[in-house]
Amino acid sequence: MHITLTHYVIVSALLFSLGLFAVLSRRNAILVLMGIELILNSANINFIAFSRFGGSDMGGQAVAIFVIILAAAEAAVALAIVLNIYQRFHTVNVDDINKLRE
Amino acid sequence: MTLIDVIFWFFAAVTLGSAAVVVFSRNIIYSAFALLFTFFGVAGFYVLLGADFIAITQLLIYVGGILVLLVFGVMLTNKVVSVDIKSGTLNAGVAMVVVSLTAGTIAGIFYATEWKTAPAEMLQPTTAGELGTMMMTSYLLPFEVASVVLLVALIGAAMVSRRDRSKQEAA
Repeated sequence: MHITLTHYVIVSALLFSLGLFAVLSRRNAILVLMGIELILNSANINFIAFSRFGGSDMGGQAVAIFVIILAAAEAAVALAIVLNIYQRFHTVNVDDINKLRE
Repeated sequence: MTLIDVIFWFFAAVTLGSAAVVVFSRNIIYSAFALLFTFFGVAGFYVLLGADFIAITQLLIYVGGILVLLVFGVMLTNKVVSVDIKSGTLNAGVAMVVVSLTAGTIAGIFYATEWKTAPAEMLQPTTAGELGTMMMTSYLLPFEVASVVLLVALIGAAMVSRRDRSKQEAA
């Protein structure tokens, strides 16, 4: 069986699901960030697969570069926030940070 | 089964297997190191798809930047010597049901759709030149906006993580 577009997008769907599971269920905020990175990577695989199999249009690759740029910015800001939370609450468990609710 | 197929299945196994370790591992250090292999596998997909510049960018930025940042975050927010480094789960059962439904739906849609693909043509030897031209012509505004976003985000991140310490010194 030859490798087609369907193979790539199904791999990306599974990667997205794994990332979604990390975001929904893990308690550590850094693991939630890792899940977000997995989701962004799966989106990037989709962009490049469609760019390759849709007549080698380079637009998909250009968008993928912007996704990588925004992922870098997101990781920097999110980790700065996580470090601040750790300094204040001495934990990064997302279920322990509920001071606003009390 | 041609060589390309074997390489595809190899990268798919590496990517999904290590992503599963990232998600299900109890030890956050193992997760961070498994993420390295996930990023490498995704870079392999980019090479297979003829996107050499994106593959190199993936290695430079994800492996060289974001992963190191995440490992620093792990080291700074966990007591490495204590058992605190273990990370539990929240509502794992509900999340598993939601994720299974999502995965089934997305994969089913992808599988059932008749994709209209263009006939495979000769790949260019490198895509960097054409991407550079596109960045300076049709994607010029997003390019400039992205550079400003990156500058603002990095200055903001530095501000956010510094502010607390200077307050403590002043007090």
